[in-house]
Amino acid sequence: MDRLAYDVVIVGGGAAGLRAAIAAAETSPSLRIAIVSKVYPMRSHTVSAEGGTAAVMRDYDSFDQHAFDTVKGSDYLADQDAVEFFVRRAPAEVVQMDHWGCPWSREPDGRLAVRAFGGMSVKRTVFAADKVGFHMLHTLFQTTLKYENIERLDEWFVTSLLVEGGKVGGVAALDLKSGTIEAIAAKAVILCTGGAGRIYEFTTNGWIKTGDGMALAYRAGVPLKDMEFLQFHPTCLPGTGILITEAARGEGGYLVNKDGDRFLKRYVPEKMELGPRDILSRALMTEIHEGRGIEGPYGPHLHLDLRHLGEEVINRKLPMVRELVEEYVGLNPIEKPIPVRPGQHYIMGGVHTDVHGFTGMPGLYAAGEVACVSINGANRLGSNSLSECLVFGAEAGRFAASYAMSLPPISASNPVTTLAKVEEKRIFDGLLKREGGESLAAVRYEMQQTAETHIGIYRSGTGLEKAMNVIRDLRKRFELVGVRDKDPFFNTELTSTLELDFMLELAEIIALSALARKESRGAHYRTDFPKRDDANFLHHSMAVRTATGPTLETRPATITKWQPAARAY
Amino acid sequence: MAEKTIRLRILRYRPERSEETFYQVYTIPYRDDMVVLDALNFIKDHVDPTLTFRWSCRMGICGSCGANIDGVPRLTCAVFLRSLRRRPVTIDPLANFPILKDLVVDIDDFMEKLVSVKPYIIREKERPLERGEFRQTPEDVEMFRQQSLCINCMLCYSACPVYGHDDQFLGPAASALAFRYLKDSRDQGADERVPAISTKHGIWQCTLVGECSVVCPKHVDPAGAIQQLKALAAAKTMKAMLLPLASR
Repeated sequence: MDRLAYDVVIVGGGAAGLRAAIAAAETSPSLRIAIVSKVYPMRSHTVSAEGGTAAVMRDYDSFDQHAFDTVKGSDYLADQDAVEFFVRRAPAEVVQMDHWGCPWSREPDGRLAVRAFGGMSVKRTVFAADKVGFHMLHTLFQTTLKYENIERLDEWFVTSLLVEGGKVGGVAALDLKSGTIEAIAAKAVILCTGGAGRIYEFTTNGWIKTGDGMALAYRAGVPLKDMEFLQFHPTCLPGTGILITEAARGEGGYLVNKDGDRFLKRYVPEKMELGPRDILSRALMTEIHEGRGIEGPYGPHLHLDLRHLGEEVINRKLPMVRELVEEYVGLNPIEKPIPVRPGQHYIMGGVHTDVHGFTGMPGLYAAGEVACVSINGANRLGSNSLSECLVFGAEAGRFAASYAMSLPPISASNPVTTLAKVEEKRIFDGLLKREGGESLAAVRYEMQQTAETHIGIYRSGTGLEKAMNVIRDLRKRFELVGVRDKDPFFNTELTSTLELDFMLELAEIIALSALARKESRGAHYRTDFPKRDDANFLHHSMAVRTATGPTLETRPATITKWQPAARAY
Repeated sequence: MAEKTIRLRILRYRPERSEETFYQVYTIPYRDDMVVLDALNFIKDHVDPTLTFRWSCRMGICGSCGANIDGVPRLTCAVFLRSLRRRPVTIDPLANFPILKDLVVDIDDFMEKLVSVKPYIIREKERPLERGEFRQTPEDVEMFRQQSLCINCMLCYSACPVYGHDDQFLGPAASALAFRYLKDSRDQGADERVPAISTKHGIWQCTLVGECSVVCPKHVDPAGAIQQLKALAAAKTMKAMLLPLASR
């Protein structure tokens, strides 16, 4: 067997990817599995998740209640069969994480502790202080180290999926540490590359979140679903966009305006600070637009006030909030309120899959933020995404493994090597040698500004059309972006250029999908169509690539137990 | 009024061009709210796109962006330029690691050491999922919580004179993680893990300089963990010597 030939290749080493790798490894010790990631797995953006992971863990709770909260939170766009599948599997995944050593926070009697979270009707969010993503990521990563059949290709940047005869045969990847492009043959590929927040300027997302997996799948012919639905988190630090967890409100924090008024009583009186993120982010923006924000060096913001929680609760349950605010704002949240404003946080849309992570293309699976099953519909509830990574990561891992076991060994005449040569030519002879006068940073900055202005919390037909035009123009200008670092070895200017190419392709799809959805639902708010329109839009958007650009199809949302109803909190 | 500027002196290494390292000085606009990473990104975006460094989360948790800033290993995302007194600010790659390119160092040696301490729960028999979580009181969690906060940023290896002298030394972070699992009430792997860290290049090589704990951005205190590991390993050896086989 070729050195770079695997049964299952997982692209991305965050929570979903690592969970998939373990599930595949446990399916059979004879399977050869590789995690291919552009960073070391412990750098993956799961590390920045803070608040918790949702699962039914208590007698007072039920699967129906978790499912209904999720469906209502999704503004009825989630597929209800998928949501039920998800909530039933989440508790075992949380327990599995315990058995693998996750340092969960505990009740005095030793059980896993749970906390309140936005849109969840009861306490069901399991946590490890407010470093939940960090602890889950390191627990999963360290656990992968005990499986001899899991290999890693750290700092390998996947540039394309290699597809032959309508089936996935592997990936082409740039090995940063050798500066070469290699074919990695695989019977099955699982995309676990996370979201695409860096399309926006003001985002909680890390630098690496550039939508790679979405673009890879789309270019290979797989539809992208519900790409117009981007989540804006209500509480980010002005300037940097660093996330202040919803757990701060779950533990009792207040949101107040410049008059010291808990303004949410005028928007979500039943839920107050524990309303869903889409509604809260719009409420914060309304306060700012109507002049009740607090002026600051980065424009107006609101205050997240934790002072009444006291030092002990803050230190024990929200230590990262304290660290971040002290370090990056220079104030102590025990004594002063925290300046916050909404920022891009998550994308509900992504690679279309079924509940097993299957994309419809033989051999190709996706799980985690990169995928759209859909359990999140038009708005995800906080703490469902880490559980989603576990449940669907494991599911995709098992299904990809079974599929791989049904195939004969990869033959020496496998065509992926030839396909990778094409990729090598495109990148080394094309991109790397380019001497255009456009600047990578300038094109990226304009894309981010356009996304902020026209595809943000509020959208309109005219704004979205403008965005489409600007992005199409930027895609032309991208062709003139020159790469000044000509050395193939560890060339982060080259990888940034490849990432920008991915993001521009996705930005166009986001704008197109948002333009076509002439209603307001969940996180997608159209000022020209401010009402939800179930008669015409209770469906998923499916963006498909054609020779002339993206086209849109639709797919009905699956409604089983819960008929769409008005969404009041 | 003229725009404020700041000078940074950054070590460059371009292995495809020359075997020599050299310093390059960049002068860039300065704002009070800039961290060192912002300065590096300004240079990459507007001055010199060939400057190469790792980063991602920019909030001190992913562990990618360590460098020696004015000689001290720190996270570039967590150091404000305004807090640095010297001009120019000097930025070197983390010490004690081979340099790959500019500020990017090779950490594969640590990745192997991490595997060697078996950083995962070891059980004689797996607990069935149907039986639910292990019971652990908040006090049980407190036994290992501090060492579970390691972000693998490598600042401690960069600060450790023993590792600088002998790169076979297991080193601070890997030792701290061994300690973290040994102190976890869910783990039963002491018999495998203690021998793995009590080797010639294991914990006994630590001379208690304590620099690792000084530079650790997450207050993991690897030096303290290593001292406790020594006591633990010694007790295990004593027990093995004194007790007949059957009662161990």
